[in-house]
Amino acid sequence: MMAMPHEDSAEDIWLDDDAGPVVRPYAMTRGRTRPASGQFDLISLIVATRNVPPAVAMGLGPEHVAILSLCRGPLSVAEVAAHLDLPLGIVRVMLGDLLDKGLIVVREPQLAEEMPTEQIFQAVINGLRAL
Amino acid sequence: MDYAHSDPAAERPPAGGSVAGNGGSAGDGGRPLPIAIKVLVAGGFGAGKTTLVGSVSEIRPLRTEELLTERGVDVDDTSGVETKTTTTVAMDFGRITIADDLVLYLFGTPGQDRFWFVWDELALGALGAVVLADTRRLAACFPSVDYFEQRGTPFIVAVNCFDDARRYRTGEVQNALDLDPGVPVLLCDARRRESGKEVLIALVEHVMAASRRRRDMTGSPSF
Repeated sequence: MMAMPHEDSAEDIWLDDDAGPVVRPYAMTRGRTRPASGQFDLISLIVATRNVPPAVAMGLGPEHVAILSLCRGPLSVAEVAAHLDLPLGIVRVMLGDLLDKGLIVVREPQLAEEMPTEQIFQAVINGLRAL
Repeated sequence: MDYAHSDPAAERPPAGGSVAGNGGSAGDGGRPLPIAIKVLVAGGFGAGKTTLVGSVSEIRPLRTEELLTERGVDVDDTSGVETKTTTTVAMDFGRITIADDLVLYLFGTPGQDRFWFVWDELALGALGAVVLADTRRLAACFPSVDYFEQRGTPFIVAVNCFDDARRYRTGEVQNALDLDPGVPVLLCDARRRESGKEVLIALVEHVMAASRRRRDMTGSPSF
């Protein structure tokens, strides 16, 4: 047999065993890489709204349903992605679908410019001391 | 995919009390969503970032991944699909519920220098950062220090005291890292929860003092 081509090509540096499946997640979003709506920062908090109309539920994939079930209480985008074991980009697309359908509510984090008030700083310090 | 049996939102009830105001959208049952705050834990490979996150987090540290190909690749252009390369950037993070309307997230930064774009996303809106230093490999935390200095993200340096490492005074570390005298340096043991708590409290106090000084300079009220 001939030697394997591209054995030491630059690609190998980027695509290693840890990279995992690449095609399947994007198939879940039908090729979309950007959410239809919403920003979805890592710490944007998501909570599912109640009462999914059956007609709407039928248009959802199993991952969408899994997100709704996870988000019965507020959960960050990062936590949703970690619990579903899906890359962030994929989860953001699915969250965009759910936001579009009114099935989730999102709270985006504060911007750095509007830094927390003294009250919040103090609450964080007290909360940490109480741990 | 083992989410079916877990209900992470119910892992721990909030400590109670309301501190964060009422600014969120009404969520489940009309209750406002909490405010989320982000703190970064940076440092060289093996400095103990995930250990620190794990010692103070109320949940087992979670791992979230970003696919590098998400940036700059137009999926409508299928011509390059065969040659498309990808890698994942992993971020470990933990959570501390401060009150029922205030949640603190701790993110360990990915160590590799080629993932600066992930750092930018992480640093956006972050309250501040802890740079973990290992005195056996002090240079490994230089890039983190440089990054936060240039970005203007408030940070402190926590020297993780490994058992087999020579002990240095904080002043020596301050000099060795050429830190601004205002940057706090403290010794810690990232494995110990109490020590991790002290580190986080020191960071928040540092950020609060910096924010006070800024307010005083601009003359705006402190509340």
